[in-house]
Amino acid sequence: MSRAPERDGRVAQPTIIRITHWANVVLFTIMAGSGLRILLAYPWLGARGEDYGWYPLQGVRPPMALTLGGWLAGARHWHFAFAWLFVANAVVYLVYLFASGEWRRRLFWPPRDARNAWDTVLHDLRLRRTAPASVGLYNGMQRLTYTGVLATAPLLVLSGLAVLAPVQLPRLTALLGGYDFARAVHLLVLVALALFTVVHVLQVLLHPRTMVDMTIGGRAPKEAAP
Amino acid sequence: MSPSTRRQFLVHGTRAAGLVAAGALGCDSRRPQAGFLGLMERVNERVQRALFDPRRLAPELPEEDESDADDFPAYKIAREYPVAPAGWTLSVKGLVARPLQLSLGDLQRLPMTQTRVRHHCVEGWSAVAAWQGVRLSEVARLAGVDARARYVEFRSFEPGYFSSWDVESALHPQTILAYGMGGELLATEYGAPLRLYSAVKLGYKMVKYLSEVTFLPVRTGGYWEDQGYEWFAGV
Repeated sequence: MSRAPERDGRVAQPTIIRITHWANVVLFTIMAGSGLRILLAYPWLGARGEDYGWYPLQGVRPPMALTLGGWLAGARHWHFAFAWLFVANAVVYLVYLFASGEWRRRLFWPPRDARNAWDTVLHDLRLRRTAPASVGLYNGMQRLTYTGVLATAPLLVLSGLAVLAPVQLPRLTALLGGYDFARAVHLLVLVALALFTVVHVLQVLLHPRTMVDMTIGGRAPKEAAP
Repeated sequence: MSPSTRRQFLVHGTRAAGLVAAGALGCDSRRPQAGFLGLMERVNERVQRALFDPRRLAPELPEEDESDADDFPAYKIAREYPVAPAGWTLSVKGLVARPLQLSLGDLQRLPMTQTRVRHHCVEGWSAVAAWQGVRLSEVARLAGVDARARYVEFRSFEPGYFSSWDVESALHPQTILAYGMGGELLATEYGAPLRLYSAVKLGYKMVKYLSEVTFLPVRTGGYWEDQGYEWFAGV
């Protein structure tokens, strides 16, 4: 239906982005799986006797098939060992993203992306006939989503630190509403990122070319002159 | 796919799979204190020790924050709650100038401290209770602890039940030998006649049904620690 976009010779996914992306797939899986095994030890949110009423899954044990680490102490060791690699990988990615200038074609920039993102939403809701064209590497909605993930992910790390050391990190823990609320934030950010991942994987299945690019680099589509 | 991209794909894929395999090889969930997981536990212990400030106090909470008695879990490691032997005393020994044998009455005559802080369990829950007892640092002062003591072992009269701590956490002002809970003598279900209570460790480090405190130059393990739970377990 659509003609292949012209490709401008620039690498769509530079090496460091590809490596950190696939490393993140492995590391995020380890963190999520071991985290769910830790949750399984006490699948309630809120202090004892003060369960949060808003949490719909009180007492629901995550399925063992989604967990990693086998038992509580095993999962804790996986979680606290791989947390370092998970964060280190993210730092490499972020440093590269900003030092290389890649952020310019990846992060959400309202003058370029807001209208495009909105049109994509209208199209997905069948309120608009044609899908808006990508602007360079991504369309506006992709940029908004990826930027949202990058903005949310630090909360995962910060809430994790608050749960790990609520007494030694009192300001951080207070900022996150105390130990129990930080624990809830830690889980909710995981849920949000897991939902993103589901949509992300579906989109990749619909556009397999992106998976090839993320693995061997590919060529970026030409960015239209403004 | 052209042959060259296919080759590249295979090279990258094989390299990534190799890295994952190498990482996973060092990880055995059943023996989390060995291999890569064990190495990282020692890294994390260093970080936790660096983060630990012996003067930093956990917030003391108001009475209305206390959990209902039913909400604070009772604790035993065996099928039955252990019962203190007749003539129970606490012995304080090891690298001390004056080994002590303290009865419950002796402990109650020492300066009483109450601490009401959030309790953090390794399982993830938290709860609040008020604990009354004697600061371990007070008992250490009476016994004259030697500067070579870097670790403290706490042992229960329940066979096999013990834990060992870094001396800094043990001498923290919110680490107490508790004989009271909620203003009453400690109930059997919570570790009577005496238990360790602390604001700076996870619950499993707080030995209940306590009978021995030994100051040592080296660390030992613990009932939970020897099964695979982290040794430092600060909060």
